[in-house]
Amino acid sequence: MSAPSTSSPPAIVTGRLGYPDSHTFERFLATGGYEGLRKALRLHPEDVAAEVSASNLLGRGGAGFETGRKWSLLPAGKPVRYLVVNGDESEPATFKDHMLIERDPHQLLEGIVIAAYAIGAAQAFLYIRGEFALGLERVEQALEEAYAYGAVGRDIFGSGFSLDIVVHPGAGAYICGEETALLESLEGKRGFPRIKPPYFPAAIGLYGEPTIVNNVETMSNLPWIVTHGGAAFAALGQGRSTGTRIFALSGHVRRPGNYEVEMAKTTFRELIEAEHLGGGVREGRAVKAFVPGGVSSPWFFPEQLDMPLDQDEVGKAGAMLGSGAITVMDDTTCVVRASWRIVKFFWRESCGQCTPCREGSGWLEKVMHRIETGGGREEDLDLLLDVADNISPGLSWPPAQTTICVLGPSIPPSVCSALSRYRDEFLTHVKEGRCPFPEEAR
Amino acid sequence: MTTPSPSPSPSGAAEVGGGAAQAGASGAAAGDSGAAPQEVTITLDGREVAARPGELLIAAAERAGVYIPRFCYHPRMRQVGMCRMCLVEVKGPRGFSLQPACFQPVANGMEVRTESPAVKKAQDGVLEFLLVNHPLDCPVCDKGGECPLQDQTLTFGPGETRFVEEKRHWSKPIPVSSLVELDRERCIQCDRCTRFAKEVAGDPFITFQGRGDHTEVNTFPDRPFASYFSGNTVQICPVGALTASAYRFKARPWDLEQVESTCTTCALGCRMVVQSSSGEVVRHLGVDDEAVNHSWLCDKGRFAFEASTAPSRRTHPLLRSDARLRPVSWQVALSEVAGRLRAVLATDGPGAVGVLGGARLTNEDAYAWAKLAKAVIGTDSVDAQLDDGLPAELVAGLPPATIADACAAKVLLFLGPDPREELPVLFLRLRGAVRDHGLDLVELSPVDTSLTDLARASLRYRPGQLVDLVRQLLGSLPPANPAVAAARDRLVAGGGEGVVVALGRSSIAESEEQTVAAAGLLRRMLPGATFLPLLRRGNVRGALDAGLAPGLLPGRQRLADGGAFATAWGGLPGAPGRGARALLEAAATGQVRALFLLGADPLSDFPDRSLARRALEAVELVVSVEAHPNASSEHVDVVLPAAAPSERAGTTTNCEGRLSPVGQKVVAPGLAWPDWAIAVELAAALGADLGFASPADIVAERARLAPLFAGVTSAVLAGTVGRMGALLPLRGRGPDGELGEWPAGATGGLERLDPMAVPGIASVESQGAPSEAGVVRAAGPVVAAPVGGRMAAGDDGPAALLSWEPPEALPATPPVDAYSLRLVAARRCYDGGTAVQASPSLAALAASPALRAHPSELERLGVASGTKVAVRAAPGRLELVLEADAGVPKGVAVLGAVPPAADAPGASALVRAGDPVTEIRLETLEAG
Repeated sequence: MSAPSTSSPPAIVTGRLGYPDSHTFERFLATGGYEGLRKALRLHPEDVAAEVSASNLLGRGGAGFETGRKWSLLPAGKPVRYLVVNGDESEPATFKDHMLIERDPHQLLEGIVIAAYAIGAAQAFLYIRGEFALGLERVEQALEEAYAYGAVGRDIFGSGFSLDIVVHPGAGAYICGEETALLESLEGKRGFPRIKPPYFPAAIGLYGEPTIVNNVETMSNLPWIVTHGGAAFAALGQGRSTGTRIFALSGHVRRPGNYEVEMAKTTFRELIEAEHLGGGVREGRAVKAFVPGGVSSPWFFPEQLDMPLDQDEVGKAGAMLGSGAITVMDDTTCVVRASWRIVKFFWRESCGQCTPCREGSGWLEKVMHRIETGGGREEDLDLLLDVADNISPGLSWPPAQTTICVLGPSIPPSVCSALSRYRDEFLTHVKEGRCPFPEEAR
Repeated sequence: MTTPSPSPSPSGAAEVGGGAAQAGASGAAAGDSGAAPQEVTITLDGREVAARPGELLIAAAERAGVYIPRFCYHPRMRQVGMCRMCLVEVKGPRGFSLQPACFQPVANGMEVRTESPAVKKAQDGVLEFLLVNHPLDCPVCDKGGECPLQDQTLTFGPGETRFVEEKRHWSKPIPVSSLVELDRERCIQCDRCTRFAKEVAGDPFITFQGRGDHTEVNTFPDRPFASYFSGNTVQICPVGALTASAYRFKARPWDLEQVESTCTTCALGCRMVVQSSSGEVVRHLGVDDEAVNHSWLCDKGRFAFEASTAPSRRTHPLLRSDARLRPVSWQVALSEVAGRLRAVLATDGPGAVGVLGGARLTNEDAYAWAKLAKAVIGTDSVDAQLDDGLPAELVAGLPPATIADACAAKVLLFLGPDPREELPVLFLRLRGAVRDHGLDLVELSPVDTSLTDLARASLRYRPGQLVDLVRQLLGSLPPANPAVAAARDRLVAGGGEGVVVALGRSSIAESEEQTVAAAGLLRRMLPGATFLPLLRRGNVRGALDAGLAPGLLPGRQRLADGGAFATAWGGLPGAPGRGARALLEAAATGQVRALFLLGADPLSDFPDRSLARRALEAVELVVSVEAHPNASSEHVDVVLPAAAPSERAGTTTNCEGRLSPVGQKVVAPGLAWPDWAIAVELAAALGADLGFASPADIVAERARLAPLFAGVTSAVLAGTVGRMGALLPLRGRGPDGELGEWPAGATGGLERLDPMAVPGIASVESQGAPSEAGVVRAAGPVVAAPVGGRMAAGDDGPAALLSWEPPEALPATPPVDAYSLRLVAARRCYDGGTAVQASPSLAALAASPALRAHPSELERLGVASGTKVAVRAAPGRLELVLEADAGVPKGVAVLGAVPPAADAPGASALVRAGDPVTEIRLETLEAG
């Protein structure tokens, strides 16, 4: 991971990360740590929730649902409710939560306590990807410090509000980042996503009780929002895309890394090309395609470079900002190979519950691999599209699905994007019986 | 208990219990409240269709004649919606979208398309995906020809595959238990077997492992799928992934013939089909019967048919000469028996003749033997039970409860043997009732059983102290602890109305008096309570109803009230005869000189082995009518070979008193005859004519003479009653005008749930015997009382059936001997029983006998678990392996009643007949 950039204001969640000891309790306290929580505890929980609603903070896990609205879905009159924080970030090229967990664990914990206070949960679970060994170590240490400090536990800061937080390491399955699979996993079961409806765990969640599942970055925004007010957050950005957001920039750029930029006011081109951000495509090459928001999204191409990082704009253009993972492919990239790698990931991570995803992912992977390695047939191109259509009928956006969860419809977009834009490149693979790109460029 | 996934309908699990159950419940409730809407209307492919509120779309469509393809859906299990085969288009706020029909409760006005291009493409796609990694080895697959994957691919799927890649490979097959083999390449990950194991059986020893298209079903390392119910996973597997070792490569489905029948392995009476190939029974499949077994069978019932063709099978009459049993002709055997019997009768009269057993017989066989014994020979010393059951008058005379009553009881007071061991499918029914609607189960048991974890209260008593505990529960003694007090309050509320008592003998090391007295107290103090008798052995209830009990005549009539029998049978015994214990005691002292064993094995089954041995040694003539040799065979003088199940047709009666058919599919081997024919021929050899040339003659006479069987004619048995079973006496009239108790939804045709639960019936049907198992018919209106309704005598029902007067005096509570342990002896599912031992698949599963006691008792003795110790009891001394078991309370020890090896020591070697309890003392063996 490269060093994060904190150059352009405002740095809402990455403000502390310029310090080499940003993860320490001492640094956290010295930089305003737990002040947001103290302020929140002086407010009524509904007022805290109102600030979050006013900020229009969109969930940072991928679906981009308004956080305040999600909280409002909790049924009234049910005293037992849980807060579950999703830190199971495991999609290729997504690495923002990883950084927040490792580099500012106290900010995350502060956000969790604020959220729990706002929704009235007395128990929170922090589910962290098992491979984040350092992050787990730091979060657990931070949690001990927070308990000792009185920021977590019984009667937090003398407010009368109590909260316990349990850190739960995942066991290496991408699917457990799907919120209902995460709940199953927390309950000690196999990580199978639950069938919808209900569409949100707010009504029936962990152990059948009302549950809010929020993302790590979403939580990390809360201390700032409470400290500065929801209006200050909403003043940034444009339309529904308020505030700032971390984009995980990777691929063929000179300065890959996490960048916090103002939403909607920044374009993809700026993010990729600005000297203090991505620094441009490597070796001055041209952009061939880029993934705008995680590998489950359809791809964008050079003509979309000037689109702002606005959730609704990107959605209207047939893709998503999703998890905020942007991967740039320059003109040396074999799109067959690139989309095959993405399909291969989903094949490996399908939970096996629904037939179309379980069997379709492997089928697509095998055909793609065959094309890339020179065994392709011309009819494979239409076959790919039709198999994809049987997983995600219509191949439209937002996608329809024949599966329980969205992992199924996440499989086809990369293949379909590559195939619809660069069909000739697929045909070259088929006709030449090999990948036309030089080995070192793949 | 597992936490259910959030389901759109909170009653999801109950719905899975089956449409018929819903209908029964709502039908019953309709008269009381009428609050809930009875019907909603949905639009199915443009047609308006009625559905039941809350019903799943897949079931509603099926009743409307639209079959939506499916793999993971099973109406007796919680739906999971994971195979995606049942995707249909349902209209929502944003137009039509694909939704799994198995997960969609119907709602009024719902619009559904099942045949649109989008649905067709989705179904095509799912089937093609399922075949991607399926080996398509149909020509060598047992399932080929009855395979839902095959059938639904032909009906709904694409004609050709477009998959040209390498398929997934697994080593195949692997045994998941000694009865079931798993081919993971064929598996389509539908979660049926794993769900069954976890949800229905409570044996979660198979589970999904791995991920994506490398997901496999497997056991945990070194832990086989050890379940009494494993065979059900084979039956519900929608592909050939799970196969039964006993059936593999034995037959092709299109060669199978079949007949509907009833399992008589235990007294529960599970409905099943018997399938044969080339004149040999090869398979039993459970039939979905709402009243009894909900499509499940236990592995004993499923695989014990192997016994019919065991090498040890009796095929010829045998006569002992020179100390050996040698084959003879029927004529020689019968005239030998008749001659020696005449001699006994001439000198000592009919009181010197006894008949033991009869639970193996059909009802018609039992009737013929009752007539032979009571009318021709003239003895009333006839007993179908071996002192291990309950008095026949109590069984017949208590207000009856059905299995469904027990499952729906306000409180179920369970007082009997561990049902998973003795009545396995009853355990599944009770487990389901606890799981699905929180049945309030109160268990009274001397030790932990399979119900202990399910019961709201599991109350322990020491053998000999049951009556004390029942008196506490009824409030006539102060409660020993708060759990008893809490159970008491729930039990006695409303005079016991809605309380069902499941009543049996939890141990044969105790005399019956405590159980009988407890039943009497409950009957008197809880006048609203009903009783489900839990009896040992197959058709014991039918044998008692046929009069194979002292003092009784066919149809629950007292001998003293002879009725029509006195004249029709031309004379009856003058006084009640001896029951099993008195009979053996009289035999041991020479008062009984001739003994007939109707499939009875006193040395194994009678609680007091020593008395049984003395009796068999003393009796001059022991005639055994049997299908298999057993431990008592060495004392038998004449063997008359009898037909086994599936070799003769007739009826059987289960523990709730439900009459249902047993079917004949194959011919008995060698010279074996049906038991009724043996009775007829033996009567003829004695110079009497029973008047029966066929079972139909027996049916006709029984319907004429026994009020209980009024209306049970051959025509009725050939109709729906015969196929579906019915509680006796019959009441109400069915669609064809027959008397009967009619299952909800059944009119002219059978309504069976889920054809995939009974694979291959559709393809077999065209070639095999006509059977309608598994055939789903459109159901007409409900005709009469729903299944599971009480069978209290209706206004038009015959009166003057037996009633039971509980004894006034309570038995004394035997004083506790602090130096002894009280023995609990009960049957295990797999033990030394004849059917298990003669079935190769099952025999190896019988556990060797060990005495189990609380760990502290081992500490007191200073021995480790697994040590051999000396056991002293009144009849003698044994050496047994002692094992620690925390589920056995202090002061108690448990031993299997029938050990697998004939000469191995079992509990009956420690029991003295008639003793209220069996006290045993443990001693360490001398070292060295």
